[in-house]
Amino acid sequence: MIPKGEVLRMEKKEYAKRVENASPGSPLLKNCLNAFAVGGLICTLGEGLFTLYSHFGAPEKEAAAWVCITLIFLTALLTGIGVFDKIAKHAGAGTMVPITGFANSMAAPSVEYQTEGRVLGTAVKMFTIAGPVIVYGCSAASLYGMIYYFFFRG
Amino acid sequence: MNRRGKYVVTFPSLPTVISTAACVGKTEGEGPLAEYFDIVNENDGVGSSTWERAEAALVKQAAGLAIQKAGLKTKDIDIAFAGDLLNQCTASTFGLRETEIPLAGLFGACSTFALALIMASVAVDGGLADKALAEASSHFCSAEKQFRYPLEYGGQRTPTAQRTVTGAGAAVIAKERDGVKITHGMVGRVTDYGVTDMANMGAAMAPSAARTIADFLNDTGSRPADFDMILTGDLGSVGSSLLNEVLREEYGFDISRVHADCGNLIFDAEAQDVHAGGSGCGCSASVVCSYILPKMQRKELRKVLFAGTGALMSPLTALQGDTIPAVTHAVMFCS
Repeated sequence: MIPKGEVLRMEKKEYAKRVENASPGSPLLKNCLNAFAVGGLICTLGEGLFTLYSHFGAPEKEAAAWVCITLIFLTALLTGIGVFDKIAKHAGAGTMVPITGFANSMAAPSVEYQTEGRVLGTAVKMFTIAGPVIVYGCSAASLYGMIYYFFFRG
Repeated sequence: MNRRGKYVVTFPSLPTVISTAACVGKTEGEGPLAEYFDIVNENDGVGSSTWERAEAALVKQAAGLAIQKAGLKTKDIDIAFAGDLLNQCTASTFGLRETEIPLAGLFGACSTFALALIMASVAVDGGLADKALAEASSHFCSAEKQFRYPLEYGGQRTPTAQRTVTGAGAAVIAKERDGVKITHGMVGRVTDYGVTDMANMGAAMAPSAARTIADFLNDTGSRPADFDMILTGDLGSVGSSLLNEVLREEYGFDISRVHADCGNLIFDAEAQDVHAGGSGCGCSASVVCSYILPKMQRKELRKVLFAGTGALMSPLTALQGDTIPAVTHAVMFCS
């Protein structure tokens, strides 16, 4: 019989071990291969676009900007029509790491929070996922810029 | 009402489930229990402009249908006990606001339906109500919005993650001779074994389920073999295997022959890509109301212990690094 008034029957550490054994891990190899393939495809598409825009006479910097704009547009479109998350489910880091991930992280909440209004819904919530990337991205860039400015500018 | 042992309450007047209704969303309607649901909404929006309103619409659908199936009008219901996962339980209160039924809102996370059944039985057995409504709901989209990411966000889920069920289940409880009886109820204790992973709620809830089931068996002097089924709410595949393991090794009860879990029953995990199974208040509510209780009504099951499991964290406590406490409430049905 179980003694009455027991508090916890197992040590938390012991339970954590049980949880680890019972929980299947993510399929790492499959995820990596998918990410490699899809991420590679997106980058190839980017290169193709770059060649295309250069072919039509865009200077290098401008062509690169147009590539970003095109990928962002495509991501926002695919997010809006509900396709992007279905690709990303399999692609993982493959869609997350390129600029597509960033674009999706802003487009998705914009769609989701429309119901709370254009200002307090869409506009405020648009940055819920991308916000930290912007904050720490800008901070890192500023820091790097200062180090470069003070120590390495010839 | 009498107390049995330390935690269990018995209902001598045997409150009876006189009708049930379960209304679900599209994915649930594509699952193994499709034929048992009363209404499968082809569109998860349920004709509403927001996901929160959609969930309230499900609540309204299920309540209306359960009352209608009992041959009653809303004014015949003396009290309703209902809850959901949204902030301030808006799905339940908004869904039932036009019914004029006195409403006691409940929160027990995903265990809410079991809690609602206990409260309704207490009300009927104690003479507070002739007819009481017990209801709970959840909606995949409103839950994702509140607890996780926007729907269109391109993230990956881990294999231990569960899918919140879009659905509502409602039952009318009354003093009557025929039907499935609610003989015992047990309100569980909050139990925390230090799990922090919000994508592994089955693991967070399993120790709580083990405790409640063991306490129930001890207090009533029964064994797992005395039941046709010991049904947990939404442990999913990972939580279910942990529950069986913990009960066997820590408490000395082997429930493997009679254990079933609503989260495993409602979806075909492989075909429907739902990872570790279903979850949410609507999971156990819709499975119990569509599948289990009607099966008992047909005497295909005679004695069932339903242990509704709930994980009690909020998005805030998770961000603040707190562990996930869980609670499990149990109800015993006999037919």
